[in-house]
Amino acid sequence: MTLVGTSVPRQEDERFLQGRARFIADIRLPGMLEASIVRSPVAHARLTAVDVSKALALPGVVAVFTAAPTVPVPATTAPVRADGPRPGSLHQVTGTGSYRQYHLSPPAFRDLVHPIEKTHDVPLLASDRLRRVGEPVAVVVAEDRYIAEDARELVRLEYEELDPLLDPEEALRDGAPALYPELGDNLQAMVAVSAGDVDAAFAEADSTASFCFRMRRQLGSPLETRGVLASHEPGDGGLTVWSATQMPHLSRKMISGILGLPAEEIRVVCPDMGGSFGGGVYYEDILMPFAAMRLGRPVRWLEDRSENLVNTRHARDQVHDVEVAYNSDGRIVGLRDRFIVDMGMANFYGLVVPYNTVTHLRCEYRIDNFEVEAICALTNKTPGAPARGAGRVTAAFVMERVMERVARALELDPAEVRRRNLIPADEMPYDMGIPYRDGVPVVYDSGDYPAQLEWALAAIDYDDFRQRQAELKEQGRQVGIGIACYTEGSGYGPHEGVTIRLGESGNVTILSGSNNHGQSHETTLAQVCADVLGVDIDVIRIEDGDTAIVQYGAGTFASRTAVTAGNAIAVAARQLREKALRVAAHLLGTTPERLEIVGGRVVQTDGDRSVTLGEVAAAVRPGSALPDGITAGMETHHYYVPPTVTWSSGTHVATVEVDRDTGHVAVDRYVVVHDCGRVLNPAVVDGQVIGGVVHGIGHALHEEAVYDDEGKLRTASFFDYRLPRAIDVPRIEVHHQEFLSPLNELGVKGCGEGGTVAAPAAILNAVEDALRPLDLRIMEMPLRPERLLALIDEATARDPRA
Amino acid sequence: MSDSSAPGVRRDATEALDLRLNVNGENHVISVEPRRILADVLRDELDLRSVHLGCEHGSCGACTVLVDGEPAASCVLLAAQVEGRRIETLEGLALDATMRALQTAFHEKFALQCGYCTPGMLVNLCSMLRRQPKPSEGEIRERLNGNLCRCTGYQPIVDAALFAASAVRDEMEASG
Repeated sequence: MTLVGTSVPRQEDERFLQGRARFIADIRLPGMLEASIVRSPVAHARLTAVDVSKALALPGVVAVFTAAPTVPVPATTAPVRADGPRPGSLHQVTGTGSYRQYHLSPPAFRDLVHPIEKTHDVPLLASDRLRRVGEPVAVVVAEDRYIAEDARELVRLEYEELDPLLDPEEALRDGAPALYPELGDNLQAMVAVSAGDVDAAFAEADSTASFCFRMRRQLGSPLETRGVLASHEPGDGGLTVWSATQMPHLSRKMISGILGLPAEEIRVVCPDMGGSFGGGVYYEDILMPFAAMRLGRPVRWLEDRSENLVNTRHARDQVHDVEVAYNSDGRIVGLRDRFIVDMGMANFYGLVVPYNTVTHLRCEYRIDNFEVEAICALTNKTPGAPARGAGRVTAAFVMERVMERVARALELDPAEVRRRNLIPADEMPYDMGIPYRDGVPVVYDSGDYPAQLEWALAAIDYDDFRQRQAELKEQGRQVGIGIACYTEGSGYGPHEGVTIRLGESGNVTILSGSNNHGQSHETTLAQVCADVLGVDIDVIRIEDGDTAIVQYGAGTFASRTAVTAGNAIAVAARQLREKALRVAAHLLGTTPERLEIVGGRVVQTDGDRSVTLGEVAAAVRPGSALPDGITAGMETHHYYVPPTVTWSSGTHVATVEVDRDTGHVAVDRYVVVHDCGRVLNPAVVDGQVIGGVVHGIGHALHEEAVYDDEGKLRTASFFDYRLPRAIDVPRIEVHHQEFLSPLNELGVKGCGEGGTVAAPAAILNAVEDALRPLDLRIMEMPLRPERLLALIDEATARDPRA
Repeated sequence: MSDSSAPGVRRDATEALDLRLNVNGENHVISVEPRRILADVLRDELDLRSVHLGCEHGSCGACTVLVDGEPAASCVLLAAQVEGRRIETLEGLALDATMRALQTAFHEKFALQCGYCTPGMLVNLCSMLRRQPKPSEGEIRERLNGNLCRCTGYQPIVDAALFAASAVRDEMEASG
């Protein structure tokens, strides 16, 4: 490998630097209409009627779609002129429009663990019930977006408000009204696993402690909002949908199932996408195709920011009741956790997020006696979804806060407590005693966690900081240091596939089921192909995010593409190379063993003759005389099916300074030591880690999606939902271990989310440390300034001498 | 057909104005409703797709353009408000030496991932470096306070800005 492992500059930059990328809002089709969604203004109500008459009458409105009973539209008395604006048409959507959860656990997992997973219909447009603020009720389609938004304001809903259920624990109580009567209650899912003998561990331990951690609702909030453009042109062979989605094939499958079109007649394309940080198929992915098919014109919907904050990628929102059993030497011998996830009005992702929390809860520690139960509760809020670090952020927060509390109780240095609990290097691979979501046992495949910790501590000068900390505290400055480690199951299946074509120009085209939206795949995946095939990187072009180019695709999410698409490319490129060598051997009158490919040219190792790869491709054009056993064309194909996940890991250490008067936290230094197996491109990986850490700093200190007691989201703009900005964050220092995964040929592990997973824990551990000897007892995240000040007051009241 | 008593929707508010806009050095006369925001006019009427909408409330900087040389959020400006002003987008700055240095620097320093914030960052930094040829890291971070990035963590963008500033200074010294 020559390019793999080097910071090859990004192949995809030019269009973004010129402002010529093609995001969903940049795609316009002739005759295109624009849509706006009428959404429920209340959290819970019986919907009795929708009055669309004023909306239909607005010039430029073409149609309104609803599923609810409509107030009769008054007949118009004005004559309809043949050349004048036509009144909009009302389309009742009945019988067609609901979807069920699509991420049920695989059978292998269900047979082992027997989770409860309840499914129910979720209407695409509310027909008789409103179950959350933001729930779609009607779609207005107009000649342009301004008119569509005007018309949206003219639609009037008639409803009788009901009490909303906004607290998941209340929603689970006996007698709480069920959001979906057919389910009987609001417990949508439950899963419990255990390892070892937790009861014995608790009985024998020197001490036990219990905590309640609250991790509030936080949002993915990419910089680009979502959008869907659907076009149904017979000449195109069916329905084409452009969508800012991470999973085009899943989107196609859902559209097919709900609208009754064969999947082969649907093409879903994801254009350039401005980040995503959590995927899934949303209502509009189905509603826009429906509208386009009904109206016979392309229809586009572009989400605005407040819609995005209210409706898209709501995450975290977990409450954990934790018990820990530990000995006086700091060894944790048992851990129990019962947690509730507030899934909002529907859970489309099954156990993805809660079970991620389960499998990642113990981070890098050897805690063999372990019992955890996760419950998903339904409430009248936006559906919960995976967002960067899905489920793992909360896991790391719980575990690493427990570590700090144990350290505090025993008056041990937090670094030392971790040393005593980390899985030693010579015990790897380490079986954690429970299955992963794919049903395969969780076995940490490779790594050296103690060395990772020591490296991070050395890089941040931990001992020196402790000394300076004492002096600075004397001067009244609240400085602290915090550690957090994590593991990350990455490279999840089910598969990813690629086709690689070698053209007669010597150019190479890779068609991939992955879906690049900022991860630099056009570079990293090309590096793998370049090295295996023996070509320069600039002859390689990658196409992805399009259901038309690979039959089966999964998409890009859960830090999986380097593992899945990367290894698919390694295999397919090797097959292409082997064929090229055989053809070249035939052309040069030698054997493949005496040839190698360098810079796109097949050269003799024992002579000076050569042919270009372009000439090789031309030699097997269909109709040519082919050598024995060689088929026409230079195209290979491979689906990579991972055996299970690989295990990335990292240790984060942060120093902070807290202003006791304002509650402001300045992050001073931040070090990450990170293992994602073979690093394909160090600058790209660093970028992912640094970006992830900053995302996590936002989650630690600023970002909270706040519902009021009527179930309305108060944080519906960037003024209220505060993302981290350039002045909020320090430089972040990244170091790489490289423990190759034994699970795949390239030895890679995933790296896109790890930065976010441990950052909140590291930051808030540092904050608690900064206020010592005052005992802040940070049990929640985020910790916004006003909450931090309140905790300081509470801690001071508990211990005025501190 | 329209209901003139419907709140907020008045027929005369939607009558188009002929606006004279100077964009990227060219004069245009564009017929638009008075309520159309500048970002939409630049994107839809003038096909300047580098202007990105990220929040539509002036908070994220993805729509940053220069108005008389100063950065402005084009999503909270009506097109009618900038009649007679000099508007520049990334497309119009393509031949500017400072912009070219920034684009090169962004590429070298991996200062973009999804690319959505990139035009706004480039436009803001271009105007900064024209006035402040030797900014510090802290000054750059403060300047970028109005530009959100969810991917890079800002660090490589800051590095790119420092690198570009240095390259521009070297170039100026070399050309005397």
